[in-house]
Amino acid sequence: MASEIDVIPALTTRRDEAQGWLEGIVSKGLGWARKYSLFQYPFVTACCGMEYMTVASARYDLDRFGAALPRFSPRQADLLMVVGTVNCKQAPILQRVYEQMAEPKWVIAFGVCASSGGFYDNYATVQGIDRIVPVDVYIPGCPPRPEQVLDGIILLQKKIQDQQHKLIAPSLPVIGQAPGRP
Amino acid sequence: MAKAVIDALVARFPDAVYDPYVGVGGDDCAFVQRDRIDEVARFLKTDPAMRFDLAPYITAVDYLGQDPRFEVVYNLLSLANNVRIRLRVKVPEADPVVKSVTPVWRGADWFERYCFDMYGLRFTGHPDLRRLFMYDEFVGHPLRKDYPLRGRQPLVPEREVHDLFRGPGPATRD
Repeated sequence: MASEIDVIPALTTRRDEAQGWLEGIVSKGLGWARKYSLFQYPFVTACCGMEYMTVASARYDLDRFGAALPRFSPRQADLLMVVGTVNCKQAPILQRVYEQMAEPKWVIAFGVCASSGGFYDNYATVQGIDRIVPVDVYIPGCPPRPEQVLDGIILLQKKIQDQQHKLIAPSLPVIGQAPGRP
Repeated sequence: MAKAVIDALVARFPDAVYDPYVGVGGDDCAFVQRDRIDEVARFLKTDPAMRFDLAPYITAVDYLGQDPRFEVVYNLLSLANNVRIRLRVKVPEADPVVKSVTPVWRGADWFERYCFDMYGLRFTGHPDLRRLFMYDEFVGHPLRKDYPLRGRQPLVPEREVHDLFRGPGPATRD
């Protein structure tokens, strides 16, 4: 396929430009589509779950932001909301749920316990789920106000819009195979 | 009424029940010898005048530095007579073994597993003495006073995190 056109630098650059422009359009479009169709998996372990129900139901209504449907299977979800305290015994479960989700996926740490362990600075509690899975948005509060959660969702949407999206994603390493793990 | 129960206990088990006193909240309390607790419990459960049919809460205490280091506390309730009493059993550190009361009160099962999990006390005669809260890989007993305050034993390897206050470092540092 090495035709003469390919070895001319100027034309190659313009082809890259054209490709990049097209990819940019596709990325923006996919980002727009994905940020408004967040299917969440609520990993609810503690009292923040009550606040999550408030946010998800009619009064505060996550549906306005396209994040309406909780899917109770991680394979159908692309937003993992970790709501509540995660202790050391639950950490393998959380990791497994995260690994079961299909790419692209995002994680929100809902409340201080999920973000940093909160006041459970003891032998049993994971000091923030970012020690187990990568986190995109942290929502503080004990529990957070619904407005904070909505703000976190909007932040995540901005982040998703700014990310690079591809129609066919290259195979990404799962965290089970990340370096530094046996 | 509760005083009468304790008096009857002391009269019936003079060498097993000792030092009766009135505890916080007005419940009558007494100490019981470690190897006689199952006998006393069986008597309290089955005697028609006692009828202590519930053990609502059984827990343990770690008196670090004292000689019988541990103590198992049995809170008992008689629904028929509306009486609560509290029995305390001293357990030495060298031989942390108590007779189980699970054959007497089925509900004592998880309380004794809890005491085993958190304090390392073993209950002879318990049908299924496993950890209740912590995972099987956990080493030590976290509610013992000499267990390190933040002695975390993560089940999965933790990622490197950039701590806002303590800076980057291994997650196992604290």
